[in-house]
Amino acid sequence: MADPIELDYPELKHLVSERALKGETVLLNMGPQHPSTHGVLRLLLELDGETIVNCVPDIGFLHTGIEKNMEAKRWELAEVMTDRTDYLNNTGNNLGYCQAIEKLADLDVPPRAQAVRVILVELERISNHLVWLGTQALDLAAQSMFLYCFREREYILDIKELCSGQRMMTTYFRPGGLWRDIPADFEIAVRRFLRMFPSRIKQYEALLTKNPIWLERTRKIGKISAEQAIALSLTGPVLRGSGVAYDVRKAQPYSGYEQYDFIVPTGTNGDVYDRYLVRMEEMRQSLRIIQQALDKLPYGPFRSNNRKYVPPPRAELGTSMEAVIHHFKLWTEGFNIPKGAVYSPVESPKGELGYYLESDGSNHPYRIHMRAPSFLAIQALPVLAKGHLVADLVAIIGSIDIVLGDCDR
Amino acid sequence: MSEEHLKNTLKMLRDRFGLHESELMKYPPTFMATADKIVEISRTLRDEFGYNLLCELTAVDYYPEDMPRFHTVYGYYNIAENSRMAIRVPVNGENPSLPTLSEVYPGANWLERELWDMFGIKFEGHPDMRRILMPYDWEGHPLRKDYPLGYEEPQFTFNFDEIDKRKHHGRYEEA
Repeated sequence: MADPIELDYPELKHLVSERALKGETVLLNMGPQHPSTHGVLRLLLELDGETIVNCVPDIGFLHTGIEKNMEAKRWELAEVMTDRTDYLNNTGNNLGYCQAIEKLADLDVPPRAQAVRVILVELERISNHLVWLGTQALDLAAQSMFLYCFREREYILDIKELCSGQRMMTTYFRPGGLWRDIPADFEIAVRRFLRMFPSRIKQYEALLTKNPIWLERTRKIGKISAEQAIALSLTGPVLRGSGVAYDVRKAQPYSGYEQYDFIVPTGTNGDVYDRYLVRMEEMRQSLRIIQQALDKLPYGPFRSNNRKYVPPPRAELGTSMEAVIHHFKLWTEGFNIPKGAVYSPVESPKGELGYYLESDGSNHPYRIHMRAPSFLAIQALPVLAKGHLVADLVAIIGSIDIVLGDCDR
Repeated sequence: MSEEHLKNTLKMLRDRFGLHESELMKYPPTFMATADKIVEISRTLRDEFGYNLLCELTAVDYYPEDMPRFHTVYGYYNIAENSRMAIRVPVNGENPSLPTLSEVYPGANWLERELWDMFGIKFEGHPDMRRILMPYDWEGHPLRKDYPLGYEEPQFTFNFDEIDKRKHHGRYEEA
């Protein structure tokens, strides 16, 4: 038995149990530079042997003041910062932000833009789940999965580059539509991906789903019941893994999701394995949505015709004085949004991503708050980890799929 | 479906608690409430009307106004009935404080810590009222409107103490 610990910060005493103060349990620091914490997450672990008695997450190492910075930028310029919060779901963040603005300003979005948005966001969901699958398998020592997943993700990044010129920080969606129309080879590239990817999912599943080591490491680990998950405000695959079929795309359809036929997969046990199954099925459903959206991709304008918010086409600038004025106004002072506030949720790959926007009638946002799914997922970590081994903690952190950029903002 | 359920909920809030609707919020339907009633309202919403998911908790600073200076926004979601609503609570500028919701919704724990960190709103009865995003020894609350965003005078060795005296936040203190 070790000597009793003397605390430098007595106000932090409540974080650990009495046993730790007597020296019966060991306090271990994990992170923030640990490769299995998926970013700069620091965990204070209280261990009894190898069993986790308590786990205290410490976040904020990646806090860059994005909400504060956005308040100092104009509406359309602040959008680039949304890309940088959850860096595995860039177009998804853009969509959430643009939709909140569109709700606040009553801005219309043409059907073609909505369909392209859906295609790109679903591709992004697959890409996010691929990174998750690769890193989760890597943490559980299935190294080859990481290489396979990143190989397929490269196709998706190429498609994003085709549209916007950027592989990750695209800012391709703008309030009222898209930055520009999709290029001619977009459809070919997406169809090639649709043909190739189903067989790849089968390969992943052949490697993992019935793999005895994988089952041993993921089943009955990190269990959470549906009631607990709801009480802790969890959403996304973690909540669905516990059997609650809540998906914003189905519950409150946006951007034309009501036209597409897809199911919301749910698990039964709420453990790491069920979350894995849910995400694998979600990738298949995303493929279905992309297929449908691409098949009936409507022709027409790619952005709204409301010139108070959306720049006029380049061709009009030579002939129309109105267009020049609108262009000048938009490029010098941006657009003003009428006074009001809105909370607008979208389904990001990690859960419900909500944007709370408030405008005081000027060309700057007055307040922006992102309801970050990773933030609330890390909050649930102590509940998930209690009673498991340290080695299983790595599986649990992977299974809630966190991005610290999203959590700390 | 959701709309009728929402209508009943809104009617109950109006009748039982005497709340009136906020004109600022475009979506979702929002009521203004006072700080002393928020726990009771949340409990009623959760237990009687099934708003089991606290989906949003944030605040807005209306500096230089002082009475009230802040508005906190609580967003509720009912998974079974698929309906969403929100409540805004005004908070005064001097020693801003609210009762904690973490008893009713355990998920509010970190969201309230974030509000304490960013706005300096204290939550009475909160089990763990520490900073969450900023370093533990940080001074000031960054998302308040009177907190500067950059553009501060650079401090060199020769004028360090002079500038330090004028600063509102982030003062250097010898350990």
